[in-house]
Amino acid sequence: MGSSELKRSKDSVSSDESARRSSFPDEVLERVLSLLKPHRDRSSVSLVCKDWYNAERWSRTHVFIGNCYSVSPEIVARRFPRIRSVTLKGKPRFSDFNLVPENWGADIHSWLVVFAAKYPFLEELRLKRMAISDESLEFLAISFPNFKALSLLSCDGFSTNGLAAIATHCKNLTELDIQENGVYDKGGSWLSCFPESFTSLEVLNFANLTSDINFDALEKLVGRCKSMRVLKLNRSVSLEQLQRLLVNAPRLAELGTGSFSQELTIREYEELESTLSNCKIMHTLSGLWDAKGIYLPTLYPACSNLTFLNLSYAALQSVELAKLLAHCPRLKRLWVLDTVEDKGLEAVGLNCPLLEELRVFPADPFDDEIVHGVTEAGFLAVSFGCPRLHYVLYFCRQMTNAAVATIVQNCPDFTHFRLCIMNPGQPDYLTNEPMDEAFGAVVKTCTKLQRLSVSGLLTDLTFEYIGRYAKNLETLSVAFAGRSDWGMQCVLGGCPKLRKLEIRDCPFGNAALLSGLEKYESMRSLWMSACNVTMNGCRLLAREMPRLNVEVMKEDGSDDTQAYKVYVYRSIAGPRRDAPPSVLTL
Amino acid sequence: MEVNYENGLNLKATELRLGLPGTDEPERQTTLRPNKRTLSEISCSGVTDDGNDDHQESAPPAKAQVVGWPPIRSYRKNCLQAKKNEVEGTAGRYVKVSVDGAAYLRKIDLKAYRSYPELLEALEKMFKLTIGAYSETEGYCGSEYAPTYEDKDGDWMLVGDVLWEMFISSCKRLRIMKGSETRGMGCL
Repeated sequence: MGSSELKRSKDSVSSDESARRSSFPDEVLERVLSLLKPHRDRSSVSLVCKDWYNAERWSRTHVFIGNCYSVSPEIVARRFPRIRSVTLKGKPRFSDFNLVPENWGADIHSWLVVFAAKYPFLEELRLKRMAISDESLEFLAISFPNFKALSLLSCDGFSTNGLAAIATHCKNLTELDIQENGVYDKGGSWLSCFPESFTSLEVLNFANLTSDINFDALEKLVGRCKSMRVLKLNRSVSLEQLQRLLVNAPRLAELGTGSFSQELTIREYEELESTLSNCKIMHTLSGLWDAKGIYLPTLYPACSNLTFLNLSYAALQSVELAKLLAHCPRLKRLWVLDTVEDKGLEAVGLNCPLLEELRVFPADPFDDEIVHGVTEAGFLAVSFGCPRLHYVLYFCRQMTNAAVATIVQNCPDFTHFRLCIMNPGQPDYLTNEPMDEAFGAVVKTCTKLQRLSVSGLLTDLTFEYIGRYAKNLETLSVAFAGRSDWGMQCVLGGCPKLRKLEIRDCPFGNAALLSGLEKYESMRSLWMSACNVTMNGCRLLAREMPRLNVEVMKEDGSDDTQAYKVYVYRSIAGPRRDAPPSVLTL
Repeated sequence: MEVNYENGLNLKATELRLGLPGTDEPERQTTLRPNKRTLSEISCSGVTDDGNDDHQESAPPAKAQVVGWPPIRSYRKNCLQAKKNEVEGTAGRYVKVSVDGAAYLRKIDLKAYRSYPELLEALEKMFKLTIGAYSETEGYCGSEYAPTYEDKDGDWMLVGDVLWEMFISSCKRLRIMKGSETRGMGCL
């Protein structure tokens, strides 16, 4: 062996690897891998061999962390030295519905501190269900001179003061996307904090905020940001103000209007119509708060290229929706309120053959006196007219097994099927039977199903079906369902790709919980609340599976032996140290 | 309206209810502070609905008190509630109806009717009187009664002049005028 070969064999782990290395330089491998975007593919790549692991980690610029407690910021920074974009998700999904105690955690600050040291050139931060304070926002704004994009979805803990800090300091900001957060809105002056010299904004979404903004500042901002392509206004912006903004931004691809109901003169109406008709490249439309039917026609010319229409804050009637949809032939995604009723959904089926996603939200979710809303008839009508439908979120007050069976026959490509029959434990209203066969039909027919939310009266049979047939299922949400441990055991024993399981108010106990011991390490997380799990069961789980974090949330006044809310997740960072007193880590 | 002070708290004012609007209740405030639940959320989170002194309250409490159900994000719930409060404030689904000479007022839900004839028929039944048919030029002839309403601007208008939808959204209260006063409104 010559000296160079000797050196190489010392450097490499094995002679095989040294041969590979010499024929395929690292730089080439890194270059090739840098073109790989999906994080799951990158994970697969990193497992091939050590060389590939290293090339991958050096070439990765975006990291996605689905559970902020599964890993620590230090571990992330050690593995990926060149990150410019981070996506982080924090609290369990049921925190959206007030099931997670306040101060539970998922605070971004410790991450920001590490990032400031290790990723000073960080450009993008996208957070979902994280706690973020104004101090953290200010720290972010001043720590990263190249910062470009901030997206906050379903987060809380901050006020408009934090947004002011971002506006003031982030000279290179291209995206500010504030969506559905618990923001403490102290007023609209934050918008005036963008300096006169600032022109880089491309995405501005403040639809979440309630207070009046400084319209003058907004108008100037939109006027000088020539690359703006996404603008989503809040309710305080009037129709007349919208018209003035659009005159300066006809190239918007995504528009969220403000309030759509001001009293307009004929001239103002015509001006609005004319301005909107110039918005030909618009593909996404939302907002339309308090939309008055008489003003909707101003939108018609702007709808020819629409692919996503979000009417979930506009209480439209069926006729108004039908007339609007007649102008939206290219629609792929539609979100509506159930004020449109079945007749409105019939119009969807008739006008939107390319529809892929439908979400129907309840306008009056807590009022049982409501006799309208949508029923199985509306869902059926859509399924007949929209064979490409693959994503549905449907809130209704009645459903039948037969209807669901027909729906999935019409649309076998469902990837996301989220049906919420709003009365817990309600049977098929025609036959009075459980809804087992409905979800059985879904999992048998829709082989590509990734996400499923079940509702209505369900026995263990539903879960037998799910375990047996739902081979691609990744996320399952269950509430007020099942008869015994067997149901949950079926799911944990089947469903090879299960990653997230969230269960509330079901009769599943320790036997069910413990039947998934090995499974939980291949999953992101398990949530169980108001079930029959006890502290002893949880302790056993924690003892058997040291690489899982088993957290129990205590409720005031509840029995100390019951584990009222349990959150289990895999982690390489060990038990977390920032849990509040109400959260016990076992 | 009784005010029950306990520990300095005006419990009646902050009573958490699912009662329909238009009753003698203080205006609901929706504060959108983060992590603080709005009244609609709290009232759905296990607080027993005591005092059903509101006769419109008939939904079974148990269902609506389930925390976090139906699964709708807090943000969306807050928006719906804010909208409802606004609608209640100006549209007044429930409006007071007074009849000249009657001892007490009544309350009706305008949303329960789809047209003027339906509304007038209901009023005739409720107060045992005849209002007659509407005419654009002559008002309500053949009757000593004329239905009027107070609109958003505070003016008293004759029922029937504007589109039904406009009437619903601007009517604050109804008054069925009688006798000599009605003469000025068309018929002689």
